Amino acid sequence: MSEKQRIVIPGDLVSRDPARRGDGTYVRDGSLYASLYGLVNEREKIRVVPLSGKYVPTRRDVVVGFVKEVTFSNWIVDIGSPYEGLLHVSEYPRRIELDEMSAHLGIGEAVLVEVKEVDPMMKVELTMRDRRLRVIRSGRIVEISPSKVPRLIGHGGSMISLIKGASDCSIVVGQNGRVWINGKGCDEGLAAEAIDKIESESHIPGLTDRLGRFFEETKNDADLNESDSEEEVVVESGEEAGKGNNIIDELLE
Amino acid sequence: MTKPESFITNGIRIDGRKPEEIRPITIEVGVLDRADGSCYIEHGLNKVLAAVYGPREVHPRHMQKPTTAIVRFRYNMASFSVEERKRPGPDRRSVEVSKVSREALEPVIFTEYFPKSSIDVFVEVLQADAGTRTVGINAASVALADAGIPMRGLVSACAVGKVDGELVLDLMKEEDNYGEADMPLAMTQTGEITLLQMDGNLTPEEFEKAIEMAQEGCKRIYEIQRNALIERYKRDIETEEEPLETPEEEPVEVETVVENEAEEETSEEVESE
Repeated sequence: MSEKQRIVIPGDLVSRDPARRGDGTYVRDGSLYASLYGLVNEREKIRVVPLSGKYVPTRRDVVVGFVKEVTFSNWIVDIGSPYEGLLHVSEYPRRIELDEMSAHLGIGEAVLVEVKEVDPMMKVELTMRDRRLRVIRSGRIVEISPSKVPRLIGHGGSMISLIKGASDCSIVVGQNGRVWINGKGCDEGLAAEAIDKIESESHIPGLTDRLGRFFEETKNDADLNESDSEEEVVVESGEEAGKGNNIIDELLE
Repeated sequence: MTKPESFITNGIRIDGRKPEEIRPITIEVGVLDRADGSCYIEHGLNKVLAAVYGPREVHPRHMQKPTTAIVRFRYNMASFSVEERKRPGPDRRSVEVSKVSREALEPVIFTEYFPKSSIDVFVEVLQADAGTRTVGINAASVALADAGIPMRGLVSACAVGKVDGELVLDLMKEEDNYGEADMPLAMTQTGEITLLQMDGNLTPEEFEKAIEMAQEGCKRIYEIQRNALIERYKRDIETEEEPLETPEEEPVEVETVVENEAEEETSEEVESE
């Protein structure tokens, strides 16, 4: 992100060419204006990337939701948007009797679902009929602003794989800004902290570098703590560098 | 508060302003963590806080519109905002101000992007010193942008009045209480007037002149609103673009981490021994 980023507010002129209209802009008198408060992204199309805003569901989005209500044949799912999602029994991975719905998926439980269809009345239909979709029963869920989701994922998933690599967790980013961190014996805390850092600093250039440094520092801090508290551990970690991760885990606990 | 003997002496008003000068304004964006968008404005002695929530589900349900979002605006004066304690709660005046303010903002919001939802705006007047409805609109407009709500542009508002037979921009308390006319005006940045009220009397000529003055005032306020929004993030972006972060400590630390990792560990070993 070396290019200088331009901040615009609603009503700012972004281009004279209305054919390049992208998200976050509108056309007035043959020119293109920003409709959002955010940063301009000029490619073929000119987009305004918002700095804040609510999640609006679109088809095929993968989101993390919480079950709000169980009705006759639907689960009503809060998907962190102005519109609630409907998950029909038939969209559950297995066949379920209507009177057993709550037993399989109760109120308050988290689910990883896909948006199957959104109609113009904003009725949002969800589905779990895919191998990667499931009821979430382990790990933890952190929430970020939906407008920061593209930054958290990074170009071609670069940012998220950096965090995955450093924390050893499996991470699923919902388009609605809810992030599921999961994994056996992985450093959930570190991953959550890194995600937090991305949310608060995503508009500042050089994010990837800073995050890399952040991981180095936490690793280093952990090493230093070791040398302060237990001298023997230092020797051990010097000999077997591979064990470093487990030791950090222990220290954080 | 008593009526001053004269409002204008040698072309200078009682608080030292020229007739077509607005009061000093400071705007802070994003002051409330719980709200989706927020803004705090000090406009002269006015202190106003605005919060925006939404788009979110409409409660009660029957208010929702199938094709657009609804905009709700609540203007409220704190009981301590004026000299004599104001009885708290909505009254005739605040209901009216809420309605006209909502109608001043609605035309710039792309409500059709969020059918069946509501955008709720709350404006709290903490300290009042004339022209609170215009300040409330200015604050709400910035808070809406901060909430990431799509808009055609900002709305700016400003009042004109008449004291001692002369038109003055942006009335203050004394001028409002004892003046001859008060005319608040709100406009979009393209110049469309979305709010125009008046109490008192103006001649047709004065009225024309007053509108022009108010529009000038709105343009100046727009620049301040725009600046506040831009500055909020610009500071971050620019300081970070120069030598990355605090130049004293961190780069050194990073280098040692990257290059001398092995060395460091051995040196620690030596120390511990």
